[in-house]
Amino acid sequence: MLELRKDIFADERDDNLKEIGKGTQRQDMLGHVTGTSSYFNDHKLQGMLHLKVVRSTQAHARIRRIDTAEAERSAGVRRIIRGADVPVNLNTLLSLINFGKDDEPSLAVDKVRYKGEPVVAIVADSEREAFEAIAKVRIDYEPLPAVFDVEDALKPGAPVVNETYPKNTFTYHETYDHQRLRFGDADAALATADHVLEQRYQMSPIEHAPTETNGAIAAPDTNGRFVVYTSTQALFFSVDTCAKILDVPSNTFHFIGGTVGGGFGGKVDTLTEPLAILGAMLTGKPVRYVFGREEEMQYGPPRGAERIYIKDGVMRDGRIVARKILAYFDSGAYTRLSSYAAVKCAAHLPGPYTIPNVYGDVYCVFTNRTPATAMRGFGVTAMDFAIECQMDKLAHLINMDPMEFRILNAYRDGDMKAHRREAKNTALIECVQVAAEKAKWPLREEFKRASSRKDGGGSRAVIPPTPADASRARPTAPAQQRTSYDRLPPTVTREPPREPPPPVPPPPSPRPPAPSHGATRFSSVFGTRRR
Amino acid sequence: MSKIPLQFRHNGRDVAIFVDGGTNLLVALRELIGDMTPKFGCGQGGCGTCSVLIDGELHLSCLTLAETVAGRSVETLDGMKQGPNLHPLQRAFADNFAAQCGYCTPGMLMAAKALLDRNPSPSRDEVIEAISGNICRCTGYEPIINAILAAAGGRVSA
Amino acid sequence: MAVTVKTFASASEAAGALSSDRSARYLGGGTLVMRALNEGDVAISTVVRAQDQALTRIDASGPRITLGAGVTFARILADRDLGFLHAPARSIGGPAVRNMGTVGGNLFAPNPYGDFTVALLALDATVAVAGAFGARDIGVEEFLQARDRQPGTLVLSISCTRPVSSEAFRYRKIARIKPKGGSVITLAAHLPISGGRIAGARIALGSMAPTQIRARAAERALEGRSLDAATIAAAASAATEGTSPPDNALGSAWYRREIVGVHLRRLLSGQE
Repeated sequence: MLELRKDIFADERDDNLKEIGKGTQRQDMLGHVTGTSSYFNDHKLQGMLHLKVVRSTQAHARIRRIDTAEAERSAGVRRIIRGADVPVNLNTLLSLINFGKDDEPSLAVDKVRYKGEPVVAIVADSEREAFEAIAKVRIDYEPLPAVFDVEDALKPGAPVVNETYPKNTFTYHETYDHQRLRFGDADAALATADHVLEQRYQMSPIEHAPTETNGAIAAPDTNGRFVVYTSTQALFFSVDTCAKILDVPSNTFHFIGGTVGGGFGGKVDTLTEPLAILGAMLTGKPVRYVFGREEEMQYGPPRGAERIYIKDGVMRDGRIVARKILAYFDSGAYTRLSSYAAVKCAAHLPGPYTIPNVYGDVYCVFTNRTPATAMRGFGVTAMDFAIECQMDKLAHLINMDPMEFRILNAYRDGDMKAHRREAKNTALIECVQVAAEKAKWPLREEFKRASSRKDGGGSRAVIPPTPADASRARPTAPAQQRTSYDRLPPTVTREPPREPPPPVPPPPSPRPPAPSHGATRFSSVFGTRRR
Repeated sequence: MSKIPLQFRHNGRDVAIFVDGGTNLLVALRELIGDMTPKFGCGQGGCGTCSVLIDGELHLSCLTLAETVAGRSVETLDGMKQGPNLHPLQRAFADNFAAQCGYCTPGMLMAAKALLDRNPSPSRDEVIEAISGNICRCTGYEPIINAILAAAGGRVSA
Repeated sequence: MAVTVKTFASASEAAGALSSDRSARYLGGGTLVMRALNEGDVAISTVVRAQDQALTRIDASGPRITLGAGVTFARILADRDLGFLHAPARSIGGPAVRNMGTVGGNLFAPNPYGDFTVALLALDATVAVAGAFGARDIGVEEFLQARDRQPGTLVLSISCTRPVSSEAFRYRKIARIKPKGGSVITLAAHLPISGGRIAGARIALGSMAPTQIRARAAERALEGRSLDAATIAAAASAATEGTSPPDNALGSAWYRREIVGVHLRRLLSGQE
């Protein structure tokens, strides 16, 4: 059961609150238990038509010819929609905040870039008739070499997945092909560390599998407007995306949503609304476009795959002195939100630990896989998995208790984080202490007494000298060291990147007392906290 | 196009509709009768959110050919309330926070009702078995199990 | 074009309709045919039904039992005389699927489904079918091998001999999700003992090939021997012979090959 620990940071809070810490009923609970909560699909509209899409059977192919003649004549078909019918048939979700280039069509025109990409949309009187017409669409493909692995996609001569990004990497600030973090001199610290541990981690794509599949119903309203019932998790985002794709002012639409049958990040991509509205525009009828379950699982955007290399230097006394990370985010064939995930990931390095030398390269890579999107902590989740696996292995390597090892290396208030911001409102030490207590895991007294508010700052607040990178050349994947955790022999045996000789890193020093700010601090995550 | 006439009992009321050949019961209930309480989740028998009772027995409406319920009794969540009052299961679900997005709730409640109608005092394992064909993706199984046990234990009143 | 539903009073009429129309499918419990229609399978344009009482009959009084093809798993579970089939019946779906899914339909369920058929294969069941050539009985193994080439066949009933003891028939479904999930591997073993030695061993595996198959090498390792540790080890190590398991979301072919011997050993040695 839920337990609110009021003893921790008690002096920082006003516990005389009306809502926090008290049970309260959800406002939508009565609707849920009576079945009257209204989801997008719970609308029966007179004369509603059904939209289904013809999906690419190829992972990567040029489209030579699309023949819809027989499908046009199929019973019940009201309209066949092709790429040329979409007013602005190229978009990227985050263009609404000026982040990234338009790279994804609503309906593929000259090329398909992943298996399942929509090519033609069919609007018919019934789902059955739409399915029958789909079977009659002929698409002549010229298969192209496909790439499914992030590191393969970065090799010279790899197939270009998405011509908007010819290097198969997202472009940041119109210049950079990855996110880079440099703090101190990781290579120098690794050279003098008592132990170095290098590991490779990998996460497959993960489907959100919401119980309600993605979908939308669009219907002509009065005054030339369209009412849109949608499963979107990001209603205003979807409104503006539709306005852009359909080239009309956003007040053309009356979006109705909010009650969503599970989203978890998988319903922000605005995949069904533009075509449903376009279908309604072209037929003058209400049009529903809802994913079947196989569509949702196969072609609904997943949490993207990631591959991560971590190389850590650790001293016998337990201090981590260097952490070097190389991460690849598999965006699939188009950008969606992986570009942003890579930024989040870089900002998260090296995890909630104070490490004086950190080096990170994070790539957002295009492959011929289903485009990936948001999902619960995306950008951080797989990296945290990798970092925490690594923490356990490091603790084992130096024969230290894994909980105490985390407390020893945890960031504390006043420490300098690798992206040059002071650590504030830290609470990892207390989390580990409570977790140990709950698990009846013994901690030594000095670790029980540790506090996020003690012993931070001072020399731990120093920004170390940081050597500039010699070149903009992309480092290759680091060589794999065999350790007791490896069951299979290593397969990657490439040279690690060469860097210029670094200056000597600042020596780790004993922890001075925490600085006394005596001021109110603000964190965008945790709010105001009194010191 | 020829339509097939179909009559059955829907939550205690006689209904008559015309269906296309091959129409499933879920579509018939939602689009022809207007009972939106059973939901589409998969169309494959994997999620359970379209669960209804046919002659008191739990069935998946998306896998039921509509015309096979001719002359039979179909119960959905829409018929669960007792007059203006919530059914004890509905009350227990609300009190135990057994719904989050709410999309699996109609199927969960029907599966729970199918259990309690036959076995008023189920064990925890029997409850788990009874909802084993129903998927909740907001991972709320524990509160759902607790809610069903609470309703069975009479700890909540109608 | 909407789907045409044809309902007949007798199974033989339904069989006739089925064998004369390539786009026709027989509707049993709905878990296969309705699923296909929901996913947009336009190859099906006719649905054939039969309201023949014979299709839902259970004859479990004697040593040889017969189940009508339309008997649901829920009915098997409600029948005390069919106790030896309760484990496979209970391993299928949730309560709603067991109220709908039928013994006959299970013979057509593709990977990772068709668990009940694994039990039937180990029990050397006989399938009574009606097709273009009239009604006949065939062994379930032969039926499975020919299944996909004979879409117009209607299954009428399945019969098998009751195992002599609960020890003689064992069943296990390996799933990742408790209490219910799709099959990683399904195993069934029929081990008649005669004079302390196994005589007529049959081991059946699900999700280890495109259809349910017998593990003949494992059977040979058991045949004529007592069920001791050495025999069990020999059978377990032979479990992968002749298999061609699928790669799917529930498990890779590699994983299935790795674990099938482990689970066969546990099944044969009576371990949990």
